[in-house]
Amino acid sequence: MRPFKYVRASDAAAAARAVAANPRAKFLGGGTNILDLMKEDVERPNELVDVTRLKLSEIKAASGGVSIGALAKNSDTANHPLIRRNYPLLTQAIVAGASGQLRNMATNGGNLLQRTRCQYFYDTAMPCNKREPGTGCGALEGLNRIHAIFGWSDKCVATYPGDMANALYALDAVVRVRGASGRERAIPVGEFHRLPGDTPQQDSNLAHGELITAIDLPKSNFAKNSYYLKVRDRASYAFALVSVAAALELERGRVKQARVVLGSVAHKPWRSLEAEAALVGGPASEESFRRAAEAALAGAKPLAHNGYKVELGKRAVVRALMRASRLA
Amino acid sequence: MSDEFDESSGPELTADEEALLKEMPTLTDVGQARRTFMGQTIAGGMGLFALMLLEKERALAALCTEPGAVFAAAPAVENPVRVALKINGATRTLELDSRMVLLDALRERLELTGTKKGCDQGQCGACTVLVDGRRVLSCLTLAATVEGKEVTTVEGLAKEDELHPVQAAFIKYDGFQCGYCTPGQICSAVGVLAEARRGDVSHVTEDVNASTTRLTDDEIRERMSGNICRCGAYPGIVAAIREVHSGRESARTWRFVEGEELARVRKEWEADETV
Ligand SMILES: Cc1cc2nc3c(=O)[nH]c(=O)nc-3n(C[C@H](O)[C@H](O)[C@H](O)COP(=O)(O)OP(=O)(O)OC[C@H]3O[C@@H](n4cnc5c(N)ncnc54)[C@H](O)[C@@H]3O)c2cc1C
Ligand code: SF4
Ligand code: FES
Ligand code: FES
Repeated sequence: MRPFKYVRASDAAAAARAVAANPRAKFLGGGTNILDLMKEDVERPNELVDVTRLKLSEIKAASGGVSIGALAKNSDTANHPLIRRNYPLLTQAIVAGASGQLRNMATNGGNLLQRTRCQYFYDTAMPCNKREPGTGCGALEGLNRIHAIFGWSDKCVATYPGDMANALYALDAVVRVRGASGRERAIPVGEFHRLPGDTPQQDSNLAHGELITAIDLPKSNFAKNSYYLKVRDRASYAFALVSVAAALELERGRVKQARVVLGSVAHKPWRSLEAEAALVGGPASEESFRRAAEAALAGAKPLAHNGYKVELGKRAVVRALMRASRLA
Repeated sequence: MSDEFDESSGPELTADEEALLKEMPTLTDVGQARRTFMGQTIAGGMGLFALMLLEKERALAALCTEPGAVFAAAPAVENPVRVALKINGATRTLELDSRMVLLDALRERLELTGTKKGCDQGQCGACTVLVDGRRVLSCLTLAATVEGKEVTTVEGLAKEDELHPVQAAFIKYDGFQCGYCTPGQICSAVGVLAEARRGDVSHVTEDVNASTTRLTDDEIRERMSGNICRCGAYPGIVAAIREVHSGRESARTWRFVEGEELARVRKEWEADETV
């Protein structure tokens, strides 16, 4: 690991200023992603600003919904009674990820900003536009079994690997951030991550030095009928090949409102407005769910080794909707 | 049972084991439970190993009880940070390279080698320790970040000569083979039991809104999935955790071989070895 200066921030404003002042500085949350990447020499900050002691870990009821501190741990978030009762989809998504130890360490802010698990990104001997812009994409013509089927560019075919953000997107969450100047912004989760385009080195629309302070969840009618389905190479402690955050609001057996967000299929959580349109107004039935699944995957553009994600994605959407509506 | 560990009436020891026992001055002042355990373990054939482990653990625990001592900085420390580490109840102030993770601080600077390094990347769980009572991975925790927090390693679980119930259950149920993943498994299990008492849910919990604290075997497997065992000792690990969680001790299904029987078994082994 390369040397870096360790700084403990006293408050949010000082933390944002410290990182903004040094282009090579980074925030340190639980460290579970950034330290791993620093050991691999993929991330090379010369300064880490530890934000874990800032008073930003509260989870509280706020304007009809719930506000979650950016520095609350994943495990505390998943197990909080307000979350379990009102947003069980979020609880399910969080506990589907990583391990008990990692969830005890991981912060919500750091979780949102976890980087791709593309093997070429991790291997400094390989070309990778995300790690080193201009070197090419190793995965495009290489092994791309775990890569994107939506929204990729010839510069990068990586996926966003996280689970939590998929549920947050389905629940219409908003990310609160604070810049060095003290300016605050509210970014809907769906606009927080971005597609790779020509600048895959940029994972999100966050500016350097902007600190995530909270994630706000609006009041939700999805608590009764939601489900997070994760498909992976082994039963636990592995990243998703495909995941689905499904949320329904049902009224007399018909779908009043729907959310279908797929994970690990694109550079960002992938919401399918097509699937949602196919569901709304229709019955909660397997037949209707199949139509929605077809619509969700219709625009998929698989690579050489991930064609399986198309069929897997369809089946996962159907299964998640069946579980959400308690038909399975 | 007599108060003293009686070598003459106890199990037969090899010359090595005998010598080791004599060389250990501290052995005479440790209590009943540990003495009996060691005596029995020796008779069980894994004696030397267990004996050395326990003795080393004692020595290391002693090392950690001098409060306030400042360790000299190791050479080539960059960006030094002064950190007061509270480990197994004792505070030590160290000057560390900011890059040092808790795992390396424990092993390389504090000689607490019970915590193991497997992958060094968060993928195996061998380095699991408890920070403020919660299980975390010490390989991805910067030492500087635990300042002021209570760190408990596998060396700190036993109370004096009384093994932690999870440690005792691991022995009873053979929750290990090579033992490399074991300190991490045990610390993780201690964390899992506390999480269950709090009513935390897992990936296999059917209804995350219902409150339950009961761990089925599936729950145990899922919650322990962050600890990989290369030897595949999983059935014993699950059984050990199940017993401690339920609070109902079942009878041990194996026993130590002793006395004449041991001599006979030894002879058979020797005969086997000459084949
Ligand atoms: C073996 C393993 C398996 C895993 N499996 C899964 C899985 O199945 N599903 C899943 O979703 N995740 C998984 N993870 C990833 C894990 O969830 C993330 O590493 C974790 O959530 C990151 O949170 P952190 O607080 O540790 O972030 P850090 O590593 O501390 O930080 C990550 C990034 O976020 C930035 N950052 C941190 N906090 C803030 C803030 N408040 N404001 C702005 N920027 C910030 C940091 O600068 C850094 O760039 C796994 C990780 C490992 C090691
Ligand atoms: S897919 Fe993206 S992250 Fe992977 S090698 Fe290509 S550019 Fe790098
Ligand atoms: S050594 Fe820490 S998880 Fe493997
Ligand atoms: S006992 Fe050998 S790795 Fe678990």
